[in-house]
Amino acid sequence: MSKSNFSRRGVLKTGMVASAGMALPQYLRAQDGGFTNAPGDSDVVLGFNVPQTGPYADEGADELRAYELAVEHLNGGGDGGMMSTFSSDALEGTGILGREVKYVTGDTQTKSDAARASARSMIEKDGAIMITGGSSSGVAVAVQALCQEAGIIFMAGLTHSNDTTGKDKRANGFRHFFNSYMSGAALAPVLEAAYGNNRKAYHLTADYNWGYTTQEAVQSSTEAMGWETVNTVLTPLTQTDFSSYIAPVLNSGADVLVLNHYGGNMVNSLTNAVQFGLREAQANGQNFEIVVPLYSRLMAKGAGANVKGIFGSTNWHWSLQDAGSQAFVRSFGTKYGFPPSQAAHTCYVQTLLYADAVTRAGSFNPCAVAEALEDFEFDGLGNGPTLYRGEDHQCFKDVLVVKGKENPDNEFDLLEIVEVTPAAQVTYPADHPQFAGGALGTCNPGA
Amino acid sequence: MSTYVENPSGTLKSTFLTLAFLFAAFWGSFLILRTVIGFSSGDNFSIQQYILQILNGLDKGSAYALIALGLTLIFGTLGVVNFAHGALFMLGAFVAVTVSNLLSLSHKVVDETRTDFLGNPLQVEVPYMYDLFGQAAGDVIIDWAVPISIIIAIPIMVAIGFIMERGLIKYFYKRPHADQILVTFGLAIVIQEIVKYFYGANPIPTPAPDAFVGSFDFGIALGFQANEIIYPYWRLVYFFFSVVIIGAVFAFLQFTTFGMVVRAGMADRETVGILGINIDKRFTIMFGIAAAVAGLAGVMYAPINSPNYHMGMDFLVLSFVVVVVGGMGSLPGAVAAGFLLGILESFASISQVIDMIPGINQIIIYLVAIIILLTRPRGLMGRKGVMEE
Repeated sequence: MSKSNFSRRGVLKTGMVASAGMALPQYLRAQDGGFTNAPGDSDVVLGFNVPQTGPYADEGADELRAYELAVEHLNGGGDGGMMSTFSSDALEGTGILGREVKYVTGDTQTKSDAARASARSMIEKDGAIMITGGSSSGVAVAVQALCQEAGIIFMAGLTHSNDTTGKDKRANGFRHFFNSYMSGAALAPVLEAAYGNNRKAYHLTADYNWGYTTQEAVQSSTEAMGWETVNTVLTPLTQTDFSSYIAPVLNSGADVLVLNHYGGNMVNSLTNAVQFGLREAQANGQNFEIVVPLYSRLMAKGAGANVKGIFGSTNWHWSLQDAGSQAFVRSFGTKYGFPPSQAAHTCYVQTLLYADAVTRAGSFNPCAVAEALEDFEFDGLGNGPTLYRGEDHQCFKDVLVVKGKENPDNEFDLLEIVEVTPAAQVTYPADHPQFAGGALGTCNPGA
Repeated sequence: MSTYVENPSGTLKSTFLTLAFLFAAFWGSFLILRTVIGFSSGDNFSIQQYILQILNGLDKGSAYALIALGLTLIFGTLGVVNFAHGALFMLGAFVAVTVSNLLSLSHKVVDETRTDFLGNPLQVEVPYMYDLFGQAAGDVIIDWAVPISIIIAIPIMVAIGFIMERGLIKYFYKRPHADQILVTFGLAIVIQEIVKYFYGANPIPTPAPDAFVGSFDFGIALGFQANEIIYPYWRLVYFFFSVVIIGAVFAFLQFTTFGMVVRAGMADRETVGILGINIDKRFTIMFGIAAAVAGLAGVMYAPINSPNYHMGMDFLVLSFVVVVVGGMGSLPGAVAAGFLLGILESFASISQVIDMIPGINQIIIYLVAIIILLTRPRGLMGRKGVMEE
């Protein structure tokens, strides 16, 4: 019979020494560059923090596809996608500053605490130099704050709340996606042209920060053109059956229902509204109308035929005919067999923009990267000429107003673009009341 | 559980009393709501709005009642607190999704006149049903996928119930309730992750047949203005369907020998066993029936809200509250509490009520549960002694 020499205390001691040994090079590396997670000479690690489980897992999967495609293109693989149409020619398909791009992934679960934990793990354990991704404003705001503290650049994924670049903006955080204000500003003229300026609106709003800012934006822009807001009702984020909220709408004196809902909430509330006959109803001598301020093709698919004829806005759509969009759709479609979503597009673009900024700055130092991104003007990435405004780190570009297509050609052909609203029409001053509070602060390089 | 009907005049009297109580409750609660809302907000709360919220509560209550009925059957017979019951509801909805997908199975035909998103010739999907039955008949079959799913869902859900009970849950009969909750909750998570793996996380639209699309105008039927009380046809179908299912389960337990033995087993399992009756076998069948009830509730719910992998969890917690409020082990209690809480939740969602008490729509059911547990731990119709120790 043999006797083991291992003791519990011995194993613990060895484990702690080994962990400290493994952590040390990471720490030294950080000190070397003067900023957190300075990469070595051969490769650089990016952290893709997307919802891989939970209600937005399908959007997360599409974001991850886009990130993998971007990494492939940055490393010189594939057809190069939008790198060939990008107005900046800094990227050459040789990685970032000559280092091969590698990546790690985290699962946000669309929960702020889980998203912060996975981002922290990618920064501390995997040495990620930049964190990007997400499909919810709550998550984006939480991870952005973490990256600010850690001295890491955060390139936001799909986040539409004004707060991300408003009261919760951070110097280390950047958003390419559009926001609630822009949706309101783009939608209002189209709604006025389609439905007139004598309308009474009833808002159902998801009870969290994105819902509040979207309602505020749509309400103020529609009221400015003469619409009256009859009622605004907050609905719980966990609500699945909206019948109790929809049923009183027809008797409220309203003739337009605005659904400030996203994801599963949007699918269910829109489906319920159609079931209750709102599409066929008449109120105040006019046809009753429904508006969905933020559309997503993936979500529109869940609502099926109910989206037909309903107006909304979107950041990007695969049917755009500019060279950048076409190149991206060709790359993505050839690799995966279906067109990319707006979430995939913004994530792909954010990765290229980060890589380009590092290359132009000649450094991975977050402060140098931030400086390169601030007030950077570019084109060829699918949204026309775009400005990354330095004051709030928000991109300003054209916004698409879309409508549920009446006769779709195929399962991806759910939305049609009715207007490309020029960037000037959706641009606002950085101190606009809807973005009040909070300050960008100063860039944190960490270490 | 009640016994065989022995006193028809007594039954008539209790039916009359119940109807009188419901009538008084209807008008009483309306007058209270009208007064409170009028007093606090100045709004005139109309009888039309009131009827609309009752209808809303009835259809929501139908789903609660069906799930709670199955939960109570399992708790009453097997003594198991089944946290996987919501997953059975979700599986039922996905039977409808699967049948709908199967009936819509198609092959591709290249249409040279149109192009896809990459500019290649468009491949148009042609359902096999068109090839088999022609386009008109094929469309009708695909359109009626959800009602067809009911027939298919019954054996599937009974089989899933058997497998669940024989394969896992029977090993936990003699274990504490905490163990049962943990294992069934774990099972629910496993089931929903499997569903998500195959069907994705996004909701999948599963529409009702075209014949049931649209709404019925109660307003005109009751002498009010048009559009004042409209209610979707399919939700009415759901309500009547749940009434039929609940009635069928009660009749099965009340008027069959099998049901009599099960009720005897629920009252005193040991004595029934001493009499030489294999009560375990019957209880397994009851588990299958409970699974089928939850599954059918899910099938019929699919057109109301597009099914997603998480829908079972959304209903599970509320259904447990329904069981506790109704009285653990009481079938009539589960049904009554299902409808009652559905209606209460509906009233709590009226915007004037939310304005008065912010957040009431999110807590009303739990508030009722707390009050019931504090004042009457056995629940509204629970047996004396159960949950009161």
